[in-house]
Amino acid sequence: MAKPMHPTPMLDELESGPWPSFVTGLKRLAEDKDYVVDVLGQLETSYKTRKGYWKGGTVGVIGYGGGVIPRFTELKDAEGKPVFKDAAEFHTLRVMPPPGMHYTTDILRKFCDVWEEHGSGLIAFHGQSGDIMFQGAKTDNVQGAFDAINELGFDLGGAGPAVRTSMSCVGAARCEQSCYDEARAHRAVINNFLDDIHRPSLPYKFKFKFSGCPNDCMNSIQRADMAIIGTWRDNMRSDEALARRWFAAHGVDELVNNVVARCPTKAIQLKDASKVATGATITSVKVSDTQALEIDNRDCVRCMHCINVITGGLAPGEDTGATILVGGKRTLKIGDLMGTVVVPFMKLATDEDREALVELAQKIIDFFAENALEHERTGEMIERIGLVNFLEALEIEVDPNMVACPRTNPYVRTDGWDDEVARIKALKQQQQAA
Amino acid sequence: MNTATATAATAAPKASPRRAIECGVPDNQQYLHPLLKKNYGAWKYHDRPRPGVLHHVARSGDEVWSVRAGTQRQMDVGTVRKLCDIADQYAEGHVRFTIRSNIEFMVSAADKVAPLIEKLEAEGFPVGGTGNSVSMIAHTQGWLHCDIPGTDASGAVKALMDELITEFRREEMPNRVHLSTSCCEINCGGQADIAIIVQHTKPPKINHDLVANVCERPSVVARCPVAAIRPALVNGRPSLEVDEAKCICCGACYPPCPPMQINDPEHSKLAIWVGGKNSNARGKPTFMKMVVSGLPNNPPRWPEVSEVVKKILHTYKEDARSWERIADWIERIGWPRFFEKTGLTFTKYLIDDWRGARVNLNASTHIRF
Repeated sequence: MAKPMHPTPMLDELESGPWPSFVTGLKRLAEDKDYVVDVLGQLETSYKTRKGYWKGGTVGVIGYGGGVIPRFTELKDAEGKPVFKDAAEFHTLRVMPPPGMHYTTDILRKFCDVWEEHGSGLIAFHGQSGDIMFQGAKTDNVQGAFDAINELGFDLGGAGPAVRTSMSCVGAARCEQSCYDEARAHRAVINNFLDDIHRPSLPYKFKFKFSGCPNDCMNSIQRADMAIIGTWRDNMRSDEALARRWFAAHGVDELVNNVVARCPTKAIQLKDASKVATGATITSVKVSDTQALEIDNRDCVRCMHCINVITGGLAPGEDTGATILVGGKRTLKIGDLMGTVVVPFMKLATDEDREALVELAQKIIDFFAENALEHERTGEMIERIGLVNFLEALEIEVDPNMVACPRTNPYVRTDGWDDEVARIKALKQQQQAA
Repeated sequence: MNTATATAATAAPKASPRRAIECGVPDNQQYLHPLLKKNYGAWKYHDRPRPGVLHHVARSGDEVWSVRAGTQRQMDVGTVRKLCDIADQYAEGHVRFTIRSNIEFMVSAADKVAPLIEKLEAEGFPVGGTGNSVSMIAHTQGWLHCDIPGTDASGAVKALMDELITEFRREEMPNRVHLSTSCCEINCGGQADIAIIVQHTKPPKINHDLVANVCERPSVVARCPVAAIRPALVNGRPSLEVDEAKCICCGACYPPCPPMQINDPEHSKLAIWVGGKNSNARGKPTFMKMVVSGLPNNPPRWPEVSEVVKKILHTYKEDARSWERIADWIERIGWPRFFEKTGLTFTKYLIDDWRGARVNLNASTHIRF
């Protein structure tokens, strides 16, 4: 039996309106839990005073150094006692989701049972790093909650200066644009770094994210230190029946203005069906008896736009894999950084391919661990030392796909130019011979 | 017999603590809808029969309908169980969540879609968020759980989604619209077409009595992006001081040094940013840009924020062409016209003066009249 509710006039206002209300959910929990009664009391105080009242601390589970976000109340009375004593501790367990965030109702119900017994009963699907956030437990209950969740086959995610929980898109499970098995790549990489997730010891956080195609539904390019984004290197595929069906429904204006004209590199043209070019790099598809699309794949940057518009009529090629970008992050400390291409194309079809991805990830993490300053993200480290130093450390050859354009300032020592030209030419000859 | 063995022999047997099973990321195959499992990696195309519903067709000919609904993200177990009941009774027991905290129910027959939608709506879960809609707002923890929040996120999102629910339920925008909310400038909410971010507008207030005991001073000094913080002796005790003219009020000093209080009930304001996009479709990915600052932190419904967001959204809806994201639309009409059409004011504070800012200046005669 829970104690009486504190008055919450401001939070009450968030129960009106058509969108589902988290306040209503909290009030439902408060019917049985003194704990949540006091959480609501503190939250209402924040709404009134426009100040937050949680501070961090150290709470964990046996064997791990991270994965629990500790919160202790700072809302104290004159004697230094918590104003809302039943919610003086409000810790969150970060738990790694399955790739693509797929669940059965069976496992969700088991989560509910565990969290009703050990925690507040509040669960967020999902936090901004992808974790299932089991929000609100007292210190004494953290171990029991984790044990029960762990017995269900789930594990804590990252917090602090550690490899963080990862996310992957719905991917191959339900998307025709998927260019590699995101879930297998996700598990292969992340489960290799469990020690770096559970025992934070890096200079700062390190995030991996897995998107199956350049639509990048996981926002990996802006938010991941290492982004694995699916792509293809052969010709786009086409399906005449689906292309004709799309054209019949949408017409020529839409095709010209929203497909042909929106191609960023003008690689796509609308042609008289009888005049379409043929060749090793050409994809073409008839949209009617008289008109056809012609795409020169050498000019295509795999942006996905035309494929998104004519889904199925145009499709990624068959020689699929991923582009790897490093150094994306938001704001602190030098402002936003997008990931930078370090591997333009990597095949990810077999276990061996995935092992190569894990090896690359390991080399990047090792270099980051040894060379980043404290509280410096990978992108900031690369900005400080220069991309070339980073690539040389990883033993990755430079590639013009890594830059938007060659350098525009002349201040550079080029003492080794001739040697480099000779070395790269020899390397290319060697590769061609092989 | 040595001492250790003797102790072990005489002490009561102690339960050894359970060691974690470091199982890592679980295999998702065990949770996939049977048709998703069967057609894994072998899908052909998809369409959207109506807003909130995706229809995927596999190469095998199998078809799956996914119904997407909005949630409040921070859900009580009662809500999760209710969603499970709906999944068991009206869908096929399998769900997934999107990156924006929407829930998706997969079904194997078209005639299961309508009853599922009806049930979800009846239980208060709006169906939508697909295609050219305004999807649920990605957000951070705010006053409910964060240790450095300038505002609440769940509340601001609830208030805004109440007003945008029609745009969530319909697919009437020129292209998809992603929103995010962050309760401080660290911006965990991320890049978005329209982002709402708390902005500190005054330097931190320092409690000099506590600094020496609580803060590792060199690491606080190192954290400052503009070198405005330096060690100082205050009242004979080691502390820190801030060059207030230099300070950009980013709040980076607060997490490692809570006595440098940055949040302020009056001076923590909200800013609006536009034009961020992570997709590579058409143009390259873009960062979002600040267009409004100084909006009041006004719980529980933040009406001033809603008003600006709605104004930008509705201008975009009326003015953009199909497939133009907000960034694409602004690229076509130009920034002067963006400010003109939205009625927002361009001020000197919106001209970037950060490292590398010249790339954001107009080095051309490309000017629209």
